[in-house]
Amino acid sequence: MFPQGLFERIQGLSFEEAGVPVLAVADVHSLAEEWGLSVREVELAALEIKVMPRRYLRSLGTVGWEGQKRLLRSRVTVVGLGGLGGYVSEALARMGVGELVLVDGDVFVDHNLNRQILSSNDVLGRSKAEVAKERIAHINPAVNVIPRSVYASAENLPSILKGCQVVVDALDNLPARLALQDAAQSLGIPMVHGAIAGFVGQVLTIFPGEPGLRGIYGDKPPEKGVEVEQGTPAATPMMVAAWQVQETLKILLHKGEPLRGRMLLMDAELGTAEFIEL
Amino acid sequence: MQVTVRVYASLRRHLPEKYSSNPIELELPEGTTVGEMIEKVLKLPHDSVKVVFVNGKHSDFDQLLSDGDRVGVFPPVAGG
Repeated sequence: MFPQGLFERIQGLSFEEAGVPVLAVADVHSLAEEWGLSVREVELAALEIKVMPRRYLRSLGTVGWEGQKRLLRSRVTVVGLGGLGGYVSEALARMGVGELVLVDGDVFVDHNLNRQILSSNDVLGRSKAEVAKERIAHINPAVNVIPRSVYASAENLPSILKGCQVVVDALDNLPARLALQDAAQSLGIPMVHGAIAGFVGQVLTIFPGEPGLRGIYGDKPPEKGVEVEQGTPAATPMMVAAWQVQETLKILLHKGEPLRGRMLLMDAELGTAEFIEL
Repeated sequence: MQVTVRVYASLRRHLPEKYSSNPIELELPEGTTVGEMIEKVLKLPHDSVKVVFVNGKHSDFDQLLSDGDRVGVFPPVAGG
């Protein structure tokens, strides 16, 4: 599947670092240009002959050779590109998840700036999904970002989620989160839920057939939670998004034990974390 | 019987003043349910509590409390 001679060129440009043959970012790019391939295809070719694209070297011990290939061949959909979704997309892109469908119908506004990593003064008024695509192109051009500047709904979710291995719930209201869970379940896709308010946050991974958010909130949940009074300060989305990323990677890599049937509740103000069996 | 209750996030603001410690140690009559404790003792509006767990297990308002139970009361959280 890779053109003849490519492996030899990769071998020729690779060098050893910490006992691992690696290929520098600049060489990945020149090879992509030279062979008319995507950056991701060159990275996959290197991995095929046990040459690690150097940008992933510090992930190797956790992810492994097969794991890195698996990530590059995965597709994850992140729904909501605010506080949570920004950090989640950023981290998945840095890990080299090959395709990210990034969904948000909103544009950046002033009050996003206290916490949303994708926001900055110069992107106010611009589509969150388009800004995310641009930022990720700067971070890791191996990642193919499919931006969707729409609000997720029961009508459009089936087509948005189709073909992904994991969906990340980074929305900001309960009815939309329930609709996302329903759509993910009907397609047989695991969903990684995260939500925040003030100093507290929660994380839960919901597999098809599990009651998930409906088991907690019933079928008629309130629109919003206590974030309405407590707000959403800078570090709370970092705290929860980090766990959502770990959950997503574990599912993609078939590694570890997901937060399945047990929800993690963190209250940074009290300095406590609890796991609740659902 | 005695139960220990931890009240999370902004729910703490709605507690009667005498329950300012966290966790709260409560002396309750036998047969008290989770819902009675939340509404009658802690005076939290029913709608303000969305997640309750007893000894680490998700529970509902009808559950009977037992001596030594460890209860957590959590509001709905939906921000992103």
